[in-house]
Amino acid sequence: MRRSLSSVALALLLLSSPAAHAVQPDEIMSDPGKESRARDLSRELRCMVCQNQSIDDSDAPLARDLRLLVRERLAAGDSDNQVLDFLVARYGQFVLLKPRFERQTLLLWLLPPVLLLGGGLALWLQVRRRSQRGTEVTLKLTPEEEARIAALIAAEKPPAA
Amino acid sequence: MIAESGHYALVLALALALIQSTVPMLGAAQRDVALMNVGRSAALAQLVFAGLSFIALITLHVSSDFSVANVFENSHSMKPLLYKITGVWGNHEGSMLLWVSILALFGAMVAAFGNNLPLSLRARVLSVQAWVASAFYLFILTTSNPFARLATPPIEGRDLNPVLQDIGLAVHPPMLYLGYVGFSISFSFAIAALIEGRIDAAWARWVRPWTLMAWIFLTLGIAMGSYWAYYELGWGGWWFWDPVENASLMPWLAGTALLHSAVVMEKRNALKVWTILLSILTFSLSLLGTFLVRSGVITSVHAFASDPTRGVFILGILVLFIGGSLTLFAGRATALKQGGLFAPISREGALVLNNLLLTVSCATVLFGTLYPVIMEALDFKLSVGAPFYNLTFGPLFALLLLMVPFGPMLAWKRGDLVAAMQRLLAAGVASLAAIAIAWAWARGGSALAPLGIGLGVFVITGAIVDLVERTGIARVPFRTALHRTRGLPRSVWGTAFAHAGLGIALLGIVCETTWNSELISTLRPGDVRNLAGYQIKFDGMTQRQGPNFAEVVSTFVISEDGKQLSVMTPSKRSFATRGMSTTEAALMTRGVSQLYVSLGDTTADGGLAVRIYHKPLVLLIWFGPVLMAFGGLLSLSDRRLRVGAPQPARGLRGLQAAE
Repeated sequence: MRRSLSSVALALLLLSSPAAHAVQPDEIMSDPGKESRARDLSRELRCMVCQNQSIDDSDAPLARDLRLLVRERLAAGDSDNQVLDFLVARYGQFVLLKPRFERQTLLLWLLPPVLLLGGGLALWLQVRRRSQRGTEVTLKLTPEEEARIAALIAAEKPPAA
Repeated sequence: MIAESGHYALVLALALALIQSTVPMLGAAQRDVALMNVGRSAALAQLVFAGLSFIALITLHVSSDFSVANVFENSHSMKPLLYKITGVWGNHEGSMLLWVSILALFGAMVAAFGNNLPLSLRARVLSVQAWVASAFYLFILTTSNPFARLATPPIEGRDLNPVLQDIGLAVHPPMLYLGYVGFSISFSFAIAALIEGRIDAAWARWVRPWTLMAWIFLTLGIAMGSYWAYYELGWGGWWFWDPVENASLMPWLAGTALLHSAVVMEKRNALKVWTILLSILTFSLSLLGTFLVRSGVITSVHAFASDPTRGVFILGILVLFIGGSLTLFAGRATALKQGGLFAPISREGALVLNNLLLTVSCATVLFGTLYPVIMEALDFKLSVGAPFYNLTFGPLFALLLLMVPFGPMLAWKRGDLVAAMQRLLAAGVASLAAIAIAWAWARGGSALAPLGIGLGVFVITGAIVDLVERTGIARVPFRTALHRTRGLPRSVWGTAFAHAGLGIALLGIVCETTWNSELISTLRPGDVRNLAGYQIKFDGMTQRQGPNFAEVVSTFVISEDGKQLSVMTPSKRSFATRGMSTTEAALMTRGVSQLYVSLGDTTADGGLAVRIYHKPLVLLIWFGPVLMAFGGLLSLSDRRLRVGAPQPARGLRGLQAAE
């Protein structure tokens, strides 16, 4: 089964993989510390034949191979970063679910903060401009003007009313 | 005969839509009442014919007419009746037919209930609605005809994809489409207003119920889909940041922003240009979602390029409507007068900030979804998955949630932040207490988790404090407070429920992701395992025959402290027609937590691979959205918003509650 399932009703992609499981009992490492590191790493790695699915969730044979590979590297004493580097060297950036901050991904990572700051700045400028305009409006209404308006209103009133 | 009638009805619906897209528009330009009224009857007739076409396809599926290609490919004579019906939209052609039928439904609803609208506005809205409808009828008729016949009818069908043979398919897609397509109404209103060149607070009052209705359906649709994935997938995940899911999340985020900016427009006649833009964007994102899902561009740019007919057609629709509407907006928006000045610290200010955060979150999701597609076209393959969104969308939404309780506490025009903070003191204290308790109690897990709990509690208690403040239950005599409670507009209750729902969902999300425990093991009959205080005994497996599948059911006895609680029976089903199998997870609910058992493969030596999860407070993840939708419903039932209802005098509101 594949990850796109929640919205499969929308996608209606024909899913063809047999039902099986992600992490199998026989894959689990004897060292619980390393196993939990392996699980954490698995969640950041993409099963390349699946649709946006991590190898931790996927039941594709490739995902299993990758899970075993990750565990093999960990058992050999690699650090988390070394494991990721190893996989990127082999499969490219495509294998990472969290793209690295690089030239090609600059835009992707910077967009949310830039939009937030830019939007905030635009709002702040607008507020400032508005409040300036707002004070102009209030400045115009001097007591004399108020009196003139009152006089004008009084003059406009039909005498019969 | 039925297939041909259904096909013909669809052609007639297109003809009606073409009339509806031109005649009323012309009538509005020439102030010809007769021409304008054509829109109304055309919209109603269009629903009849689109509906007939849809019913025809259902009839074909129910009667297993395998001479129709769509039925042959997606049905089977042995399939249970429910799935014969839901299978209608369990495929591309049928789901597009559902899409246009719902579009026709909404158009007809505007025609039927839009009597309080100015005649010219209604005529133009219906015309714009028909533009969208015409485009999609054409799409179906030229690229995705569900009524195509096969030259040599086969005896048996290919059956529906087994993972779709679930009650979820009956509820999730119709709900989702009611939401998606419902936003077409606010889009049509926006375009009509731009053509008309006149927008005022009344416009927001007319649009808000439609937007709210679409939002309620979309909220429920997304939540339903998430729960369906959770129990059907077999590994207990409930949100995957899959492009297809993102396609439904984006209109939700934009729609939520629209809902809030429309409030400002209605009450204060401000943010008009922005509200119009959001109406356009929300439906544009719905269209974009349809494109992403339908064209296959998400799976691979190259797959899209190899069979581009459908994709290119929808892309054309997309460019036409999004480009066209934005051009119109650019040309006309400056002519709209801005009204309603307000200080930055005010209800309006809070809602503007809400809009900023929601649109930036929406843009983040949009960019994360499209970036890999764009980069693949530039020959650089990368993936954007859950860890990316957790780092970007997560903080944005946390910031938004932190501000949620402040909005309703601030007055319109000019608010007092210090006073709002004082009133939220109780919520703040409750939240700090929750953080402290979670910190002391938690074993393991992220250090952020207690903060998440605190944020959830803050949002929930903030909503309660708002109600307490408005009714004055803590300050005034009980009778007065009761009277005030009765007099409180339903939209105020709606706001409180919807906001509390957010907090509740967050609690569920934090608890489930942080403190879920899992057990992956190979079991033999008689084996006992412990998880989260439960003893789980594997009793063995039995064979069973279903209507169109064979299944192997495993029995697990669950006990706590030696006392038997429940028997769980997860199974594996194999469907012969497609040669596919599915795993049916078993769930045991206690309170709002669940125990989840799902099966793997059997090993050579007779063991069974099993995954057992304990998911604390997991149900809150979906109770939250249900509460949000309930809040929306309350708000929709508010007299002031009810379609066609005149605004009641303020003094009458107390009397009305006694009805």
